[in-house]
Parts: sequence; structure tokens; C-alpha cells
Amino acid sequence: MKLWHKLSASVLLTGFAVAAAPQFSHAQSVIKIDGSSTVFPIAEAVAEEFQISKKGKVRVTVGIAGTGGGFKRFCRGETDVSNASRPILKEEMEACAKAGIKYMELPVAFDALTVVVNPKNTWVKSLTPADLKKMWEPAAQGRVTQWNQVRSEWPAEQLMLFGPGADSGTFDYFSEAVNGKAKASRGDYTASEDDNVLVQGVENNKNALGYFGYAYYIAHKDKMRAVPIVNAKGKAVMPSIEAVNDGSYEPLSRPLFIYVRDTAATRADLKEFIEFYLTEGAALAKEVGYVPLPEQAYKVALKHFNDRKLGTVFGGVPEVGVTIDNLLAREGKL
Amino acid sequence: MSSIPHGNVPAYLNPDSIRRGLSRRKTLDQVFVLVGLILMLACLGILAVLFLDLVIDGSQRFGWDFFTNFPSRRAERAGILGAWVGTSLIMLVTAFCAVPVGVAAAIYLEEYAPKNWFTAIIEINVTNLAGVPSIVYGLLALGLFVYQFGLGQSIAAAGLTLALLILPIVIVATRESIRAVPKSIREAAYGLGATRWEVTKDHVLPYSTGGILTGMILGLSRAIGETAPIITIGALSFIAFLPSSPFTSEFPFISFQWLNDPFTAMPIQMFNWVSRPDQAFQANAAAAGAILLAMTLLMNAVAIWIRYRFRKKINW
Repeated sequence: MKLWHKLSASVLLTGFAVAAAPQFSHAQSVIKIDGSSTVFPIAEAVAEEFQISKKGKVRVTVGIAGTGGGFKRFCRGETDVSNASRPILKEEMEACAKAGIKYMELPVAFDALTVVVNPKNTWVKSLTPADLKKMWEPAAQGRVTQWNQVRSEWPAEQLMLFGPGADSGTFDYFSEAVNGKAKASRGDYTASEDDNVLVQGVENNKNALGYFGYAYYIAHKDKMRAVPIVNAKGKAVMPSIEAVNDGSYEPLSRPLFIYVRDTAATRADLKEFIEFYLTEGAALAKEVGYVPLPEQAYKVALKHFNDRKLGTVFGGVPEVGVTIDNLLAREGKL
Repeated sequence: MSSIPHGNVPAYLNPDSIRRGLSRRKTLDQVFVLVGLILMLACLGILAVLFLDLVIDGSQRFGWDFFTNFPSRRAERAGILGAWVGTSLIMLVTAFCAVPVGVAAAIYLEEYAPKNWFTAIIEINVTNLAGVPSIVYGLLALGLFVYQFGLGQSIAAAGLTLALLILPIVIVATRESIRAVPKSIREAAYGLGATRWEVTKDHVLPYSTGGILTGMILGLSRAIGETAPIITIGALSFIAFLPSSPFTSEFPFISFQWLNDPFTAMPIQMFNWVSRPDQAFQANAAAAGAILLAMTLLMNAVAIWIRYRFRKKINW
């Protein structure tokens, strides 16, 4: 026993001291970020570059508690910045208000939810929101099981659906946009919190259809086909950075946000971090597969941050089809 | 022999049937050896294939940089420094908490506790605790350690959570090995006037160290791969700095600040990489998996070696 303890302690401690010693430094200010796993790649890229630019003088941590889990921690005052793949909801606003936490809402990028099919699927040329609703609405459960039940000209083949699980913000948004109510979706589809499982499902099944974030489609675009979505003007639009920018890819494009606690925003390190985020963030967001906002949007956001404009431009209710222009107009009124 | 008339011998004592029966039983024996061997090799084979697969998938990532780099959005630049240091420190806390408590509890239950209904209830509960899903421990720890005790999302909270998780395993294994010490050893010591503590300290404990170590390693091997409870208590996914150093340049040269620091761990780093869109990260995940497996095997190897050394000291 004693021998073991001595051994284990010395082996671990020396190993860890030898390999890690040069990187240790004294306690410093830490910027704490948590929230949506969709926003995580952007936050991670910004945190990484910011720490490099500050030569390790400021520390940033990023967690993936999910949008809702992130707000829970944020409204307890445990984190400085909360990542969100949807605007803050009423009950979360109330929780924050109760704890006396005020915040600034800053849009950082757009995501395009992408509907994909197998490359061998030759029949689907485009999908309308009505088609999607036929496939995904709760009433479709157990009833709509073949492609020809969606549109009669499509083959009588089994319809295999793949989508994110119920804990995901992507699921919330998609069900809101397609079925008109967040979390209202059929349950008899292959669900996974790991989007790579969905990617594999669509890759391996000729009759599959799935949806997930644009970044996953871009990483696998040689093995699957994105389906153009018919927008309110009746035009079928492929998901792309341009289509999100000009607002034609709707209703499946959505803004991503960070929420900054106002008391933390007075700290010099956090101020620098947000400035870095809103100036370098566009290039980094693009690099990790998201759609950056136009330059003007970052400028407005930065101005709001510097002017300490508190609150949300959304009423705490879920919304779909917010385009970049729409978002800019709203931000302008804040 | 030949004088015994055949007619009086029952059929099952007939030399022919005995011979036949014997050869059948020997064949059965051989068959069992073969089946056992095949099953064991199958298990080892699965482990080997799994390990090899991870090593091959992650082969281009192994290198010094992988161990000394922090996570990054670029797969080839990303490493596991934060993760392996975090995992090692958590294991250290877990071992230092679970082993003394677990061994003491086992000694009490086995050597001191009166055999009554109260002890029986404790025993049943300890055994049942070993089967509680790990996420339940995570939720308990979130309420108790993180908020009630105010430990926050720290290495101490994670270590205590996993200590709680493996406590039943340590207790059960320790009790088994204490029970394996022959009664005669205890009786001989009592006969010479030793007190119960002296018997425990000088005889029971030294002789059961091997089994205790096995239990401890089994427990730690389970703890090292746990993801759910430490995600629940708030392990981070991106952290590009290490916990503060346990050694300082000023007196008293040792600091326990690292216990309060935020952390990440190997399984969380793997989970994060597996679910990323960029396929290059799959290689990182495989490499991290192989290293996690190697860490577990290394822990087991150390335990086996120590157990062997302790066995040599036992001279009865």
C-alpha cells in the first residue's frame, strides 16, 4: 500500500512535472464560456487565436453544456459568456433577471441547417417546407413511411429519416421552422446527438434523408447531396454562404449568438476578447464551416457592446426565418 | 479380482463401462479446456483488434507534439496535454480518497462489525451501490460537491465524484481478499495475545494487499474512462492551460491550488473530437483512445508487478 502510494504519486507527479512544467504559470484572470455545442467550434477558434495573440496572459475556457444548459449556468453567474444557437427564451430571461444578471446579446455568425440525401437519390430535386412538414410532423409518426407518401411522383421506397436528438438546439430550431412548434417532431426516426452518426446514416442508405448544421455537410459534401429548399418567394435555393447572406436560404438559416454578462464586460481582458471576437471572428467562423455576418453587423455589434446596450432584440419567443438584413435592422433599433 | 463373479457386480462397476465412462469424461475435460481457451482468446483478440484499429487510425498523430499540445481547431495541431494531465490529477485525487476510506470500511465490516441486521443492511447497500449508473453519481456530485460544498467545476469535485463511484468496488474487493486470509493465522496471533488492531495491521492487511490492489486498480480503470459524471459536474471541452503547479518556488514549495482549477479529461477530449464535422479529428480521437487504453493497461501492469512483489514476501 505505502509502496504503491509512493510509487504512483512519484510516477504521476514527475511525469506531469517534467512534461508540463514550462507551461505552468501563476493564477490569472480566466474568461469562462459555456453553452451551445453548435457555437463551440467558433468559440474554440476565437479562444485559441486570442490566447496566442495574448501570449498566454489571458486564459479562456469553453464548455459544451448546450444552449439551455449554458444559460442555466450563465444566469447563476458562473460564466462570463454564454454561447447560444437561438435567442434567449422567456424563462431564461426571468432566471437571469431574478439573479440580477444583465447581458449584452451579440450575433456572431449564421448557420444554415442543411437537408441532405444520399447521392443515389435521383428523385428529390428540391423540397418545400410543406414537404418537410409532411415528413417530420408529429402526425407523420408511423404513417408517412414511404417517399411516395410525401409526393406521389416519388418512388414507393422506404423513407429513412435521420436527425439530431431532442436535447439539441438544432432539433429545436428545425422543428420550430418546419412544424411550427419547437420540439414538435415525429419520434420514429434515427436520432443521435453525434452528427457524424447522422452523416454515416445518410451516406449508407439510398433512401435516407437527414438534417444537420452546414459545417457537417461541407465536411462530407462528396458523399452526400444537399437538397435545395424552396423559400417563401417560391425559389429553390441551395444552402451556401451567399444564399444565407442575401437571405434567400430560408427558413432554415439561423443566427448564432454570444451573451456577455454586463458586470464581466467591464473587465479589461473580456473587453479585449470581445473586440477580438468581433473583428477576427468572421474569418474564423468561415474557417470552421459557418457563415460569417457582413462586416457591418460586426461593427454594429461592437458598437452595442461598447455602448453597453443590454437585453435582447428578440422577445424571448422562438422565431424562425430571421435573415441577416432583418437581424441588422433589429440590432439597429436597440 | 477375477474371483469375483461378474453377476454380482453392478453394471456401473463393470470394468468396460468404467473404461468407457472414463474416456468419455476425459474427452469432456479436453473439450472444456478447448472451449475455455477459445473463449479467452476471442476476448483477447477483440481487445487486440480494437487496440490495433485505434493505433492504426491514429498512427499519424502519435508524437511528442500530441502529448504537449493543447486542443486546437486544426486537427494536426491539436493535442491532449490538458486532457492527460487532467485525467492523471483526477485519478490521483480519486485514489487518495477512495482507497483509505474503502479499505477502512472493508476492514471494519470484515474484522470488527458485529453480525447483526444493521451490518447486513450496510453490506447489501454497498453491493447495490456498485451497480448504480454512473450518471446518478454525477447528478449527486453536482448537487453535493459542486454547489453544496462550493467546490465548483474543479479537479477536486471530479476526483471526489469518481472516488464515490469506485468506493463500492474497492470495498467489495478488499473484503474478498481479507476473507481469503486463513482463520488459523488470526487465531494464532490472538493466541499470542495480539489485539484485534495488531492482528489486522501485522497479519491480515499485509497478506491481503495483493487483492486490495487488484480492487483498487479495477476501480481506477473504471473511473478513468467515465465520461458522463464528469460532464455532468462541468468538465470543459476547450481549455488551453494547465492546472496550477503543485510545486512552487516559495515556501512551502507545495501548492494545492490545482485542486480548485478547471479541467478536462481524456474521455471528454475524445468525445469532443469524435463528434466534430472535420474528418481529420477522427484520427485524433483514435490516437487519444489508444493512449487512454495504454494508460489503463499501464496501471494494471504496475499493480500486477506490485502484487507479485508482495506475494513474494508472504511466507506461509
